[in-house]
Amino acid sequence: MLRFILSRIGMAVPTVFLVAVVVFFLIRLVPGDPAALLLGDMASPESVAALRSDLGLDKNILTQFAIWLTNVFQGDLGTSITTKEPVAHLVIERFKVSAGIVLVAVALASLAAVPAGFIAALRQNSKLDLTLVSVAALLLSIPTFWLGLVILLIFGLKLGWLPVVGYVSVAEDPSRGLLYVLMPILTLFLHEIGVLLRMARASALEVLRLDYITHARAKGLPERTVLWRHVFPNAFAPTLTLIGLVLGNMLGGIAVVETVFTIPGLGRLLVDAIFGRDYPVIQGCLLFIAVIYVLVNLIVDLCYPLFDPRVKIT
Amino acid sequence: MKTLSANAMVGGLFVGAFVIAACIGSVWTPYDPMALDMKARLAGPSTQHLLGADEFGRDVLSRLMLGASASGIVSLATVAIATVLGTALGSISGYLGGWTDRVLVAVTNALLAFPGILLALGLLAIFGANKYGIVLALGIAYTPSVARIVRGTVLSLREREFIDASRISGDSGLYTLLRHILPNCIAPLTVLTTSMFGWTLLSESALSFLGLGVPPPAPTWGNMLAAARPYLAQAAWLAIFPGLCISIVLLGINLLGDALRDRLDPKMRGMQ
Repeated sequence: MLRFILSRIGMAVPTVFLVAVVVFFLIRLVPGDPAALLLGDMASPESVAALRSDLGLDKNILTQFAIWLTNVFQGDLGTSITTKEPVAHLVIERFKVSAGIVLVAVALASLAAVPAGFIAALRQNSKLDLTLVSVAALLLSIPTFWLGLVILLIFGLKLGWLPVVGYVSVAEDPSRGLLYVLMPILTLFLHEIGVLLRMARASALEVLRLDYITHARAKGLPERTVLWRHVFPNAFAPTLTLIGLVLGNMLGGIAVVETVFTIPGLGRLLVDAIFGRDYPVIQGCLLFIAVIYVLVNLIVDLCYPLFDPRVKIT
Repeated sequence: MKTLSANAMVGGLFVGAFVIAACIGSVWTPYDPMALDMKARLAGPSTQHLLGADEFGRDVLSRLMLGASASGIVSLATVAIATVLGTALGSISGYLGGWTDRVLVAVTNALLAFPGILLALGLLAIFGANKYGIVLALGIAYTPSVARIVRGTVLSLREREFIDASRISGDSGLYTLLRHILPNCIAPLTVLTTSMFGWTLLSESALSFLGLGVPPPAPTWGNMLAAARPYLAQAAWLAIFPGLCISIVLLGINLLGDALRDRLDPKMRGMQ
C-alpha cells in the first residue's frame, strides 16, 4: 500500500515540476525585461534594478529558475502589480470563494447524476434511458456562461428572488452570502450533471457486459445482490476519476461563471490579471490551479484501490 | 441502431445549418453588421430586425451570421494547427520510440495533466488577446490530445506484418509512416477532431465572453453575450439568441461526434 502511495506521488512530481517550468518560462517569453514586467509601468529604475538582482537576471537562466523555485517553495509568489498585495495571499483568499462553489456544485451533481446514470444503464434503451441521455446531451451542450445568464434572467430579474450583482462572503454573513452563491452553484450543478450522467451510464454499461456479471447471474444470485455487489462498485471507480477531472476542469473554467455573477473568485482574478498584464498574479494563479488540479487527481488515484482492488496489483 | 442514425441526422442538421449560416454570413448579411442605427437602439425582434437590435442599433441576426463565420474560421484554424502538430509529434514519438518517445510522452502527459483552458489562458497572456492569439493558444493546448491518440495508433501498428513488409521492400521510414501507418489514424482522428471543433467553439466563445477573445466591434457569439450582460433587464433577446446559437451548434457537434464514434471506433465508446 505504501509503495502504491509513493509511486503515485512520484508520478505527480514531474507533472508539477513541468508546470513550474512552463509557468516560469511563460514570463520569459513575453518580450521585454522580466523585472520591468513584474513591477509594471510605474516602477522606478532603482526598484527594477533591485528586482533584477533579486531574481538573478544577470545570472544564467537555470540559476534564475532555481531562485524562483526556491521562492515559490517558501510561499513567495511575488507581489501584485496592481494591488501591491502578496500574490500568495490574494490567490488563497480568492480560491476559498471558488472552491466553496465548485465543491458544493460537484457534490450535488454527483449525488444526482451517478445514481441516474446507473439507472439509465440498467434500463438501457428504455424510454427513461433515452430521456436521461437526451437531457444529459442537452445540458452538456449549453455553455455555462449562457446557462448562467438565463438563470440570472429568470431568478434574478424576472422573479426577483436573488440578487443580480455583488457578492457577500458566506463566512461573514451566512444567510445573505448564501443568496449570492445559489445561482452560480445551480449553473455549475446543471452543467456537470450532463457530464457525470453520461460517464456513470457508460461505465455501468461497460461492467454489465462483462463475464463475471453473467456468471453472478448464472449462479443464481438475486439481481439486487448482482447490482450492489458486482456492478455498482466496479462502475463507480471510473466515475470517481471523472469526478476528479471535473473538479479540476471547473477551476479552469469557473472564470466565466464568476464573470456572469460578478463573484470575486480565482478564475476572475486570473482573467483580470491577464487584462492588466499583472504577471506575478498570472504566474501565481496558473501555478496554484495546476497544483490543485494535480492534487485532486492524486487524491482520486489514491482512493481508487478502495473501490477497485485490482489497482493494487499493478 | 435507430437512435444512432437519429443522432447523426439531428447533429448533421444543426451543424449543416451552422456551416450554411457561416458561409452566407461571410459574403452577405441582411444589414451591415457594423452599421450603427441609434433609432433602432435595443429594438425588440420585429419584421424589420428579425432577432432585434443591440445597444448601438446593430442588427442581431446580421451580427450572428458574421459571428458564425468568425467562430467557424477560428475553430477550423485551431483544429488544423492541433491536428498537424499533434500528428507530427505523435507519429515521431510512436515511430522512433526510445528517448524521443519518453521525453515527448512525459511532456504530453504533463500538458494533459492540467485543464486545456488554463493552458490556453496562460498562452493568451503571451500571444495577446486577439484572433491569432486564440488560434495559437487553443491550437497548442489541444495538441497533446491529438499526439496521444496518434502515438497510440502508431504503436499498435508498428510491429504488424504489413509494416515489416513495407520495410523489407525497401521503403524509407517516412514513406512507411505516411503511406501505411497514418491512414490508419484517420478514423480515430475524425472522431477527435469533431469533438475538438466543439471544444474550440466553446472555448473561443468563453474567451470572447471574458473579453480575452476577438475584440469588439467585430462580432462573435461570445463577445455579443458579454455585451448583452448589462442590458439583460431591458433587452433579454440580446443574451438569448447568441447563447441559443452556441448551444444548438454544440449539441449538433456532440450528437454528430457520438454517432461518428459509434460508427468508426466502437472501442472509444463511453470515453470523455
